[in-house]
Order: sequence, then C-alpha cells, then structure tokens
Amino acid sequence: MTKILPFLLVLIGLHAHGKTIEVCKSCPVNSLKEGVATAMDYDTLLIQKGTYKEYNIVVDKPLTLLGKNYPIIDGEDQGEIITITSDDVTVDGLFIINVGTSYTSDYAAIRVVKSANFLIQNVVLEKLFFGIYLEKAKDGKVYHNKIIGDAVEEFNSGNGIQLWYCNNIEVSRNIVQHVRDGIYLEFSDNVLIENNISTNNVRYGLHFMFSNNDIYQGNTFENNGAGVAVMFSKQIKMYHNTFKKNWGTASFGMLLKEINDAEIANNIFEENTVGISIEGSNRIEYRQNDFVSNGWAIKVRGACYGNSFSENNFLYNSFDVSYNSKLNDNTFDGNFWSDYTGYDLDKNGIGDVPYRPVKLFSYIVNRTPETIVLLRSLFMDIIDFSEKVSPVFTPDNLMDNAPKMKKI
Amino acid sequence: MLKILKYSFYDLMRSRWSYVYFVFYLLLGFVLLFLNNDVSKAVITLMNLIIVLVPLIATIFGVMYYYNSKEFTELLLAQPIKRTSIFLGQYLGVAGSLSLSLILGLGIPFFLYGLLRSNAIWDFSLLLVTGTFLTLIFAALAFNIALSNDNKIKGFGYAVLLWLFLAVIYDGLFLMSLIVFEEYPLDNFSLVATMLNPVDLSRTLILLKLDISALLGYTGAVFKKFFGTNFGFILSVFVLILWTIIPIWRLLLKSRRKDF
Amino acid sequence: MIKVVDLHKKFGKNQVLNNLNLIIEGGGIFAVLGPNGSGKTTLIKSILGMVRMDKGKIEVLDQAVKTNWKYRKEINYLPQIANFPGNLRVGELIRMIVDLRQKPDNSEELIDAFQIRPFLDKKLATLSGGTKQKVNIVLAFMFDSPLLILDEPTTGLDPAALIQLKKCIQTEKEKGKTILVTSHILQFVEEVAEGIIYLLEGKIYFKGSIEELKKQTGQTNFEHAIVAIATQKDHA
Repeated sequence: MTKILPFLLVLIGLHAHGKTIEVCKSCPVNSLKEGVATAMDYDTLLIQKGTYKEYNIVVDKPLTLLGKNYPIIDGEDQGEIITITSDDVTVDGLFIINVGTSYTSDYAAIRVVKSANFLIQNVVLEKLFFGIYLEKAKDGKVYHNKIIGDAVEEFNSGNGIQLWYCNNIEVSRNIVQHVRDGIYLEFSDNVLIENNISTNNVRYGLHFMFSNNDIYQGNTFENNGAGVAVMFSKQIKMYHNTFKKNWGTASFGMLLKEINDAEIANNIFEENTVGISIEGSNRIEYRQNDFVSNGWAIKVRGACYGNSFSENNFLYNSFDVSYNSKLNDNTFDGNFWSDYTGYDLDKNGIGDVPYRPVKLFSYIVNRTPETIVLLRSLFMDIIDFSEKVSPVFTPDNLMDNAPKMKKI
Repeated sequence: MLKILKYSFYDLMRSRWSYVYFVFYLLLGFVLLFLNNDVSKAVITLMNLIIVLVPLIATIFGVMYYYNSKEFTELLLAQPIKRTSIFLGQYLGVAGSLSLSLILGLGIPFFLYGLLRSNAIWDFSLLLVTGTFLTLIFAALAFNIALSNDNKIKGFGYAVLLWLFLAVIYDGLFLMSLIVFEEYPLDNFSLVATMLNPVDLSRTLILLKLDISALLGYTGAVFKKFFGTNFGFILSVFVLILWTIIPIWRLLLKSRRKDF
Repeated sequence: MIKVVDLHKKFGKNQVLNNLNLIIEGGGIFAVLGPNGSGKTTLIKSILGMVRMDKGKIEVLDQAVKTNWKYRKEINYLPQIANFPGNLRVGELIRMIVDLRQKPDNSEELIDAFQIRPFLDKKLATLSGGTKQKVNIVLAFMFDSPLLILDEPTTGLDPAALIQLKKCIQTEKEKGKTILVTSHILQFVEEVAEGIIYLLEGKIYFKGSIEELKKQTGQTNFEHAIVAIATQKDHA
C-alpha cells in the first residue's frame, strides 16, 4: 500500500489538470475508440451507461476510463477488448463482456502491455477468455474487480488475472470465479496478492510459476479444481489465507513444488483432500497454520529438506502427515495434534510422550489406494499402534517431541 | 406381539444390565465432552467406540437375554400366542432397550452440552442412527446364534467369535487381499467386501461424513461415484437395512421350526 | 377333542414318537403313562405345538395344530418343570398371563386355596420349588378352558396342596372338562384318572379304563398292572 499511495496521489493530481470527455450513445463522442482518439494525455473519458459494442480498443496515452453506472463494453466474441500500452492509465467502473476465445492468441478483457503506474479497479468481467492480463507491466494495481467466467474445461479457457514478467504489482480485493486459474503469476516478482476471493475455478485458485519475492495474504481459495499451486519460486510469503474444500483425486489446498525459503504462516487449510502437498521444497517455515478436517493435512512426496513445522494445529484430519520414504530431514516441534493421546504429568502444557504423525496406514494407502475404505477400522488402529511402538515402515525420527496439550 | 414386547421391555428395564449400559454411555458422553471440550473430537472418538463396542454389547446382551429368558419363552409358548410374535417381541425388547440406552446415554450429555446449536449435530445424529442399526443387526445375529445352539457356552463362544471376526479379523483379511491383489482393479471388490460386513458398512457411512476429503483422493471411477455422490450413502443405508431384515427374517424362520 | 394321526417325531437319531395314533373324545380324566423316555412329554408338547412333528397330524377341537395357534386359547397347560422368569414377582406373573390371554380368571380363589397370597410380592427366583409349583398350578387352573394338560402336577407339593390339587381336578371334571395328566405317582393316578393311555417306544401300547387294564393284565393291583403291562410286551 505504502508503495502505491504516492503514485495514486500523483494520478489524482494529474486528473485535476486534464479535461473530461463525455462518452455516450447520443454524445458527440459515442464510442470508446473515438474517445481515446480525441483525448489528450491525462484526460478523463467519462463513459455513460449504455452498451458499447467495441473491441480492440488500444489505450496508447495516459488516460482515465471512468464508467458511470457500469456501462457495458460488449466485445461480441471478436477478440481483445481493451489493450493498454501507455503508462499512467486508469480503468474504473466498466462492465466488460464477451471476450473472444481463441486457441492461438490469449485475448483478454483488459491487457496491459509494458506499462507502468496503471490502475484497474471496480471492473466487472463476464463471459471472458482471459480477464486482466498484465504483460511485462510494473508498478500497477488491480483492485476490487469482479471476474466471473464460465469455464468448464482447461484447454479452452483462460485465467482471471494473469501476470507475466511483471514487477511490483498489487492485486487486491478481487473476486474471481469460474475461470481456469483464478490468479496466475509467471516470472513476476515483488507482487502483493491480498484479500482476494478465488473460488470455483477449473484449475487453480492461484498459480505461481518462476516468481520470486511475492507475498500473498488474506485470500480465500475455495472449491477450486486443485487449490493453489506454487511452483519453481523462491522467497514467497503466504500469510492468513484460507484454503477450503478443494476436493478431488489430484486436488489439494496448496501444492508446493520446487519452492525454497518460503514462509507459510497463519493459514487455514480446511476440508481439502490434501492440505499441503510438498515436493522438492526446502527450508520452508510452517508456523501457526490450522489444518482442519483434511484428508491428508500434509503429504510429503519426497526431496524435502530443512523444513520446519511449529505451532500448527492439526485437527481431525484423516491423516496428519504422510511420507513416501523412510527418510526425514524436517522437524516437527510444538504443534497441537488432535489425535495425540499422551499425557502431561508435569503440567507444562507439553505432552510428555512424543507424537508420531505418520501412520502406517497412510503408508499402506500410498501403496494400495483402495485400502482407504479401511480407514478408522479397528484392525487398522491396532497395526497403527504397533507401528507407533516400533516403527518399521515409517521414518523413526519423525516425531513431535513437544506436542502441545491445548489448541494454539 | 406388542404385549410380548412390552413385557420383555419391562423385564429388561428392570434388569441391572440395561442400566449398566445406559450409565456407561452416559459417563462416556460426559467424559468425552467435558474433559475434551471439543464436540468434533468427541464425535470422532465416539465413532471409533461405537463401531466396536455397540456390536460387542449387542451380541453379548442378545445371547445372554435369550438364554436367561428361556423359561419365560417356554411359558409363553404354551399360551395362545403366535410363535413369531414371541421371538419378535423379545428381540425387539432387547434391541429396543439397548438402542434406547445408547441414544439416551449419549444423547443426554450432548444435549446438555449444547449440541443442538453446534454444527456437529448431523455427524452426531448419523452416529446414533448407525449405532442403532448396529444394535438391531447384532442383537438379531445373537438371537440367531442362540436359537441354533441350545448349549449356552457354545452359544456365547460363537457370539464372541462372530463379533471378533466382523470387527477385527474380517478387516485384516480384507486388507491382506487388497495388498496381495494390488495389481488388479479392486474398486468393486473393496466396495462389495465393505457391504458384506455390517461393521465396515457402518464405518463407511460415518466415513462419508467425517473423512470425505480423504475418500475423494482416490482415482477410481467407481469410488468416485460411490463416495462423491449421494449414491454411496443411499446404497449403504439400503444394505444396512437388508442387514437388519435378513437376520430377523431368519430368526423368525428358525423359531418356527424349533422344538422346545 | 384330541385327534392324533400317524404322529412321528425324532430328536436327532432318537425316534421318540413312532406312528402314534390317539383319539380322545370330550370329557373325563386321562392319565398318560409310560416309562421314562417313552415320549409322554413329547406327545403333550406336540399337542401344544411346542414340538414340531416330523410326520402326521394333530387336531385339537377340530383345529389343525400345525398351522394354527389360536386353539391354545382352549388349553390350560401345566408344564413339568416350573421355570419362570426370575425377576418377575408372583403377582405380576399372574397378571401378565391374564393380560396375555384376555380371559376371565378365578386366580383370587386359587391364590387363597393354595395359600400363596403371602408370596405375591416375592420374586419368582426366591421361591422354593413347592411354592413355584403352586404358582404353576394357579396359572394352569385359573382359566375356564375345555382342555387341561397337566405334566407332573404333583411335583414338590405338600399334602395340603395335593388335596387342593385333587379337589381342583375333580371340580374341573365335574364341569365336563377333558384333562390329560402325566404322573409318576401311581397312587395319584389311580385316584383321579378314569382312562389310562400307556405309551411305550413311541406308540400307544394301551388305552382304556383302569378296570380294563387290570383285567387285561390279570392283576388286581394298579401298580402291578402297570408293571405287568410294561413287561407284557416281552412275552408277547
């Protein structure tokens, strides 16, 4: 916020200097294209309520496109609708529909190309292919937009908000539904993704690829095809997000793949098939997260070193932690496990017996998935117990030596 | 029949065991809730207990009641009462009083705790319904065993074996066969095997509520249909009803043919 | 009143009743006698429908036993061993049976006659064998039914109660009832019974009056006559 505020002020200041051009069906200027053409730098196009059937609107000078009572820009499935190629452009209060679908070009409702200091806010997008596409853009903000797609399949749908080679962007308070990836980042650094609600998307609620030093916090990801994927990225901070009801065979709340030095704190993972699925990720700090009623709270698929799990709550998950190997280089310390059955004789709030979060059964299910129907059977409990007493199949150094007695 | 049911029920209500059972559940409910202070955890612990204990208690109690009320039965047989009514009445008396103990014993503490306002109420109701089904099924199985064995010791032995088999051994064999044949498609096999054991069936019913997230993690299309839609729930309840009706039906058949 | 045709019953390998035929017309007291294991109780239980016959047909009051149970309304039965549910009280038991049969009863008189009023509030498990048998008798005699079946009614009774029992039997007989009795006490049989039905090896070996029995065996003593008929077979 503090990064963006100064340039906002600059923008407002600039408005004062430009003039306002009214666009409406009966006005002298009755289309957006004409408006952009007639406007001078730093003018405001005030677009009145109405339907404007236009596409390929290229904004090539610093302008403010301000809609009044949500005028409809209907692209009639022809192609891209607004393309911003200039710095200092604001798009505010438009209702954009019918972006063209193509298998060769990624048509977007609003595309920002190689520009800085842009602001896209209060925009509603429907019937879209790609929503807001930021291409090599920087220092901009995407704020309080609503993107409602109608995607069914991955191959013929686009992403809600896409960032490609971007730097220093804020994406906040957006609602994204029914697109392929709610928010997609590729090669984008220093991005803040905050308080967005990304639900019912075909693939991921949020998808990181090769992006570093980003923060995402306070977001809600619910009922997406596969949750949130963070891949091949470094120094990502993930705070206070909610991952909910991501159900399905290959589904998870969050997937970490080749992620190093990340921080994951105060998130809630609730009712996902897998809370966090981890692969080849190192030195990640998991703190104070709540894992509630997931199939697997944490599924470690190998090559994960130096991760630490502390002060998390593991509540009523079918499996708390599952490993596919006997090796363990991660530490679990001071978490609360609802399955813990030990005691605390010295009353220091820490259980006197270590807790082993990996059950033999999770090992068996990894091997023969159909055995899942035997979950919570007495027989399983018995063999889990014997494994607990003397670990044979599960990593024997994998335990929480200081399990908390009470929820954190 | 209703009269027999009434007298069996009275008789049981007077026996110490109904109270022991009732008090046991009452205590269990209170301990789980007030020591834990967490309804969700209590429901999960209860599920583990119900799946194992309810069948055991229903079996033992059913066999015990049958043998203990032999005199009563003989007295009734000479009265102008239909045979099936006598046995059905007695069976319903046992199963009914056990179910009542279960429902009240667990219901009271949860009710006092304020379950009605909690969203665990559906899980809990399902738990009680499943518990009741298990009581009905295992009491019927117990009566079947007792009717077929005049020797008390043998009857008890078979009853305990039956419980041990269905509660533990069956799952062991089940697991073993899944692992041995892991290269083959096992979806249908595992679902059918689940249906063939009322304990597994009840467990599945509860899993559908508590562990749906995990169950949906498996790829098979059959599983997906079973666990992902209402199909699984409806089928499980249906088979559970069959599991209740068939032993009762056999019980009546057997009772009609028996000499006293 | 009772018609038994071709009755067969096997318990395991043991053929207990073998082609038994018996017709008892209404009225009178009949003693069913025979050595141990001759099938007396099995016959009675077959008539009551408690034992399923293997082959044959039984009719009681013109109703087939096999498919029916309503005919039992017309039978009062006194079982051989007085086993009752232990945690019921005597009074409750009597009320329960009355409730089950929905028939007018004279239990009050009988309770006084057999002096079991002090025990009405006692649990059946705490009663002595004799008292239990008295309760048993009360239950068997308290309804007005045309057929009475008494399996060893004298077991455990004291003399006073025995006299009461005989009185009861006489009263019922005077009302024109049919009474079937089994007993090992031949003195008692001689005293009350008119007809004798002697069972041997699953068949009716003799059926007739006591006089006829004595005549057939050439004995003047009833007891000897019974023993004689049991051994007669060997000579025949």
